[in-house]
Amino acid sequence: MIFKTMVRKEKEQKSSYVEKDSAIVDGIDISGHWNKMYQPREIMNYDVTPLEDLRALPGAESIGNCYQCAQCIGVCPIDNVGDYGPRKIYRKLQMGMNLLESVDLWQCTTCMNCLRVCPKEVNMIDIMPAAREKAILDGKEVPAELQEMFQNCAEYGNPMGESPRKRARWAKKADVEVKDLSKNPEPVDVLWFVGDYYAYHGRGNDAAQAMARVLTKLGVNFGTLGAEERCDGDSQRLAGEKGLYEMLAEHNIEKFNSLDFKKMVVSGPHAYNAIKNEYPKMGGTYDVDHYTQFLSAMMDKLKPLMTKEFGKKVTFHDPCYLGRHNGEYEAPRTLLNAIPGIQFSEMFRNKEQGYCCGGGGGGMWLDGFMADNINERLSENRVKEAIAVGAEVLAVCCPYEVSRFEDAVKSTGNEGKLEVLDIIEIIDRCIEE
Amino acid sequence: MGDILVVAEHLNGQLDEATFELIGMANGLGNTVVALIGGTDEMVSQLGAASKVVKVDAAADFNPETYGAALGAVADAVNPQVVLTTGSSMGMELANSLSAQKSWPLAVAATGVSANGSVKAEAALFGGKIIATTDLGSGPCIVAVVGGSAPADAGRKEGSPAVETVDAPAGAGKVHFKKLIMPESADVDITTKDVLVAIGRGIGSKDDIEVAEELAEALDAAVAASRPIIDAGWLPKSRQVGKSGLKVKPKVYIALGISGAPEHLEGMKNSSTIIAINSDKNAPIFDVAHYGMVADLFDVVEELTEALD
Amino acid sequence: MKIVVPLKQVPDLVEDLELNDDGTGLDYEYLKMKLNEWDDHALEEAILTKEAGDAEVIAVALDGEDVDKMLFTALAKGADKAVKITGANPYAGNHEMARVLANAISGMSPDLVLVGVQSAGDSDGWLAPLLAAHLGMPSVSVVTGLQVSGNTATVHKEYSGGIMAEFDVDLPGVIGIQAARQTPRYAPVSKVRQIQQSATIEEVAAGDLGDVVTSTVEEMKHPEKGGGAKMLSDVEEIVEVLKEKGVA
Repeated sequence: MIFKTMVRKEKEQKSSYVEKDSAIVDGIDISGHWNKMYQPREIMNYDVTPLEDLRALPGAESIGNCYQCAQCIGVCPIDNVGDYGPRKIYRKLQMGMNLLESVDLWQCTTCMNCLRVCPKEVNMIDIMPAAREKAILDGKEVPAELQEMFQNCAEYGNPMGESPRKRARWAKKADVEVKDLSKNPEPVDVLWFVGDYYAYHGRGNDAAQAMARVLTKLGVNFGTLGAEERCDGDSQRLAGEKGLYEMLAEHNIEKFNSLDFKKMVVSGPHAYNAIKNEYPKMGGTYDVDHYTQFLSAMMDKLKPLMTKEFGKKVTFHDPCYLGRHNGEYEAPRTLLNAIPGIQFSEMFRNKEQGYCCGGGGGGMWLDGFMADNINERLSENRVKEAIAVGAEVLAVCCPYEVSRFEDAVKSTGNEGKLEVLDIIEIIDRCIEE
Repeated sequence: MGDILVVAEHLNGQLDEATFELIGMANGLGNTVVALIGGTDEMVSQLGAASKVVKVDAAADFNPETYGAALGAVADAVNPQVVLTTGSSMGMELANSLSAQKSWPLAVAATGVSANGSVKAEAALFGGKIIATTDLGSGPCIVAVVGGSAPADAGRKEGSPAVETVDAPAGAGKVHFKKLIMPESADVDITTKDVLVAIGRGIGSKDDIEVAEELAEALDAAVAASRPIIDAGWLPKSRQVGKSGLKVKPKVYIALGISGAPEHLEGMKNSSTIIAINSDKNAPIFDVAHYGMVADLFDVVEELTEALD
Repeated sequence: MKIVVPLKQVPDLVEDLELNDDGTGLDYEYLKMKLNEWDDHALEEAILTKEAGDAEVIAVALDGEDVDKMLFTALAKGADKAVKITGANPYAGNHEMARVLANAISGMSPDLVLVGVQSAGDSDGWLAPLLAAHLGMPSVSVVTGLQVSGNTATVHKEYSGGIMAEFDVDLPGVIGIQAARQTPRYAPVSKVRQIQQSATIEEVAAGDLGDVVTSTVEEMKHPEKGGGAKMLSDVEEIVEVLKEKGVA
């Protein structure tokens, strides 16, 4: 067996330092022995093959940057309720862990809080998908729930395994016209990418119908891809099924390109991230807004429509993929602050420091798997925080979250105390019919 | 018109309930002869509702090869118009074997059979989404009947029917029975149960699970649950039905205090019959259930258990 | 050792099943077809057997819509060869399908044929025993555990109530698989796409079918369905339902 050492070669150092025998700063001589550096020395022999193998995967290179400062552990939402974190991954790799066969491979929700604080830019958002892709292609064990979701997306284009033909069914009960551009491809101003949960989940349907009504009230000329829309694929990509992501993205891009629209509006932060940051790499570049961005830019029109009071104590959960990933913290708050009668208060962990709901990076389909690895679901932790700030309503703007948090409200015994609503539902309630 | 030949089924020294269902069904079609392969005299005495029993001396334990060959010999001796088998693991082997040996048409998954001139079988196919009627001609033909398609009581009668013994040919000798493997009693596989009593958040506390367990016992069912019950640690994960649990399709799924979140429905919506009891009349479970009752859980469950005992 | 796995396409029950105009069958033009889930288990068991020892796995299917994709997926999962039988009716009943498959498979001289024990549309029997009869091989169906050692397959056949029987089957033989030892594996899309580029599917003609035992489906219909649950008002009614369903 070849034992490599942990000493990194000089040329691989990310940053360089300058040493001087004498130094004068602001006129003060600060020369001294204390800034003399020793040669890097071997501390211990480790078999770093697992680490090197991981680092060799395209996208996973930055795992080698970790210098064990543990900043990430303090902000990792999983470590908060379990025993997992980027620094620990690195350490376990040093100790010989094969990440591709470890339960640690599936725990990261790619919430990006670690990268925010990492001084060495160890990027788990790239590392985890790369490692997961390798594991999937090598035929390693994939948690059954996640595998079923992949299968469903590959066969039906949605994670639920619902009939693709029934994707636009929700629109029948919207009480307003929702143009199905797959049936009648007329030019529109806005192409609305509805997304899986709005299209198929019962509570998502409520939000989709609310959105259709609000857009109609605003006089927006909009349409959808109807039954031709497919899952955006971003969570599938982050969960390691890159081929599936590409297949879904290719399909959507082909459909987008066949239509005449000025702007795209998406319901969910995951679709937003995909279409804004990933689809361009595959040749699909669009002017895309998350719905909170689109609506918050129309406040002069929207505000006068909201005449009904919503006099409740409301707090807001920042979706990781709208906030940290894409820097949008204000749009949802602009909308919430315009709600008549609202009593808004922030949670302790908000904006950049928002706590993950557990649904990202494939976590949406790993609840059963994660139950064995954490002592509390992330959504439960978050719901308790909302209760702690005295909220009666937890407002969200990610389609994954309504079902996650509603479940958590029940499982933490807070039924009847906290209502989970999509911001679009609140807006819809404030508009006179 | 030839006779109706019912293939008796037994396991571990006991005649299967489905045998009586078939006899009852056969008596409505014509003269019933029962084929008893590897059975006992004690079993014969339970077959009083048949006009005749044709016995084949064979090993008591089922073997698809030898039992298949034996049934071929019985069919030669009886020359039936219709052969009825159960739809079980054993019955289906025999039905297929006989169809292959004799080139007789076969209909499976049958829930009903009629024989007015031509023999017709009605079957629920494609997960119950399609009801198909198959014309099997004037006979001889074979129908494998789904368990529970007819009442067993009509075919259960003590007596001493005429007994004829037929010699069994030796099979090809390529399938060798080794042993029966009995289930470990502590281990419940909810995916194989015909009836499930499933509990959800409507159950107030862990102690209340007992009520559900009593009902399950009365129905020879297992207790299953939606995720909150499992999360609370009230039942092991092996009992969880739904998106992150097991997918089940029992004959009857009794949902107690389950609201019907899509995550749960995903695991049980293919059950043949769903009976939902919930105190909330708007619970979505009522959209997928075949039968529903809006009521306080405990009153109903206790009353139901009593009625069944 | 050579393992042949016949793969069958069945209507996907996620979509509504449309009936043909005269109500004697499904309207296949409007159906979405998918791999029979039990066949997926048979394929998984074959691949697991291959991985545990030394075996060649051949996936066989009747030509039809989307069959190529199904066979490429089987190759991506670990099958060594894919064969497509042309000129046969892919929607035929199991008696006819058994004959078609027997014609194609007998020339392959398999040691083991693994078949999904059933499929959602089976109306005229199980494929495994019918196929075994044509091939002159022994067969056992409803198998959840399979172990091959030399010329013997040791199988566990499921009965009701969790009871199982263990049989030794002299090979070659046909086994009807109820469930593989583990959940059928997932074929990553990129792997399927890559195989699609590089692999080929062999074709053989269906051959002469001779006389096939048929039973005629006279009528197909959708079961009568009310809107939502039938609401009951007292416990006696529940007892009646349970009795009607044969469970009380």
